[in-house]
Amino acid sequence: MKLIKSIVRPNKVDDVKDALAKLSISGMTVTEVRGHGKQKGHTAIYRGKEYNVSLLPKMEIEVVVPDAIADDAIRAIVEAAKTGEIGDGRVFVLPVLESHRIRTGEKES
Amino acid sequence: MNQADTAWMLTSTALVLLMTPALAFFYGGLVRSKNALNTMMMSFISLGFVGVLWAVLGYSLAFSEGTNWVGGLSNAWLAGVGLEENGTIPHLLFMAFQGTFCIITAALISGAIVERMRFSAYVAFICLWALAVYAPVAHWVWGGGWLADLGALDFAGGTVVHVNAAVAALVAAIVVGKRQEYPSSSLLPHNVPFVLLGAGLLWFGWFGFNAGSALGANSIAGLAFVTTMLAPAATLVVWSFLDMFRSGRPTAVGCATAIVVGLVAVTPAAGFISPMSAILLGGLAALPSYVIMAIRARSALDDSLDVVAAHGAGGVTGALLTGVFADMSLNGVADGLLFGNPGQVGIQAAAVAAVIVYSGGMSFVLLKVIGLVIPLRTSESDESTGLDITQHGEEAYMHVGGTSSRGHV
Repeated sequence: MKLIKSIVRPNKVDDVKDALAKLSISGMTVTEVRGHGKQKGHTAIYRGKEYNVSLLPKMEIEVVVPDAIADDAIRAIVEAAKTGEIGDGRVFVLPVLESHRIRTGEKES
Repeated sequence: MNQADTAWMLTSTALVLLMTPALAFFYGGLVRSKNALNTMMMSFISLGFVGVLWAVLGYSLAFSEGTNWVGGLSNAWLAGVGLEENGTIPHLLFMAFQGTFCIITAALISGAIVERMRFSAYVAFICLWALAVYAPVAHWVWGGGWLADLGALDFAGGTVVHVNAAVAALVAAIVVGKRQEYPSSSLLPHNVPFVLLGAGLLWFGWFGFNAGSALGANSIAGLAFVTTMLAPAATLVVWSFLDMFRSGRPTAVGCATAIVVGLVAVTPAAGFISPMSAILLGGLAALPSYVIMAIRARSALDDSLDVVAAHGAGGVTGALLTGVFADMSLNGVADGLLFGNPGQVGIQAAAVAAVIVYSGGMSFVLLKVIGLVIPLRTSESDESTGLDITQHGEEAYMHVGGTSSRGHV
């Protein structure tokens, strides 16, 4: 099993969800995050003083999938989340040792 | 007793009371979320403590005869304050109306010391301040005291409320000291919609504050109403241009601030000047406040919510411009500089100076005395944790499922 952790633009979450659903991947965890890679922030103003907002809002989508479909899942996520502009995000892949279903207590590997 | 006057004053009193919760939203939105409740509580608590103290003692100290400097005790515990006429409205109602002014004046001070003052010390301070500073100053100007004798014009409290509170705020900001993290660009408003809501409700309530100070449903109330509508409008226009010139974009926080500045500035003038003068006054008032705010932001003074820039500069500007624009043919009381009476500006300046000296000095003494018994600040770690949790045991924002924003259930 692999944990596929994607950081994408907030407005791309639905597209990524749809793309994963087409591969029958429906279990996921989504978190609101802030961060940046190369993307420059923007300047905001408070009471006349300018300050830089460099931690930008993104969404982190985590799915755990069997090794066999991991590559398809990554491809689907990248295609769905891409705009071609700086700030599109990243996909990380981590190994998963075990997965236990809480409802039944079963262990899947 | 006049029924129309009474009806209007009943309404005005309610409008002015609403201004204190409105202030809570205005201030609350400007602080970080971990201090939102504490900031709002500083306004709400005034409704309780200052409200009661006003009835028990404050009203008497402000409005009973006494000396030229302070009222006496003849109306303490509302003795002699009943259903009988005071002007054309019930005496009780006049007392209540004035009480709502005292309540919000005390709450205004909180803007300078948010996010680090110990709540118990703050409550003790506003209680003593309402009686020892607000009541005498109100007496000087409205209670037949020496500033009234001098001929100072303050229609609804530019000096009694705004300059008074602003000087106390300045002193408090210095004595309590700055926030640990000041100056830092992480000290940002957590809810700007609240700030706008607060400003809007303040404007609404201010019609009671200014037009209600006519103490009747008459043409002067109408005049005060209109000047209260036009002056902040003009301030908002000028402020928007200042913002666009300085940083390219007009901001929502700037808009809310501008509205308050305009309202503060027109407060002493509301029933004394013409509507066109009100537009000029409002437009001019934007400038000193904008400049002082910019200077403060670069200074070591952590007057966190710019009480000095909005209420101090706005109040002083308004008081002086009242001395310029006052038109006896409208108000039946006095002319200002533009109508052949330049001396009025000097009288206004004298009144402002007197209040600055008294309020500043007395506020300093009160804070130092309280500080001997209760530490004025929260502890450093409490300040970091946040005052909502440490002063009130509450969090403003619980997330879905009952978990708190601090990540524990």
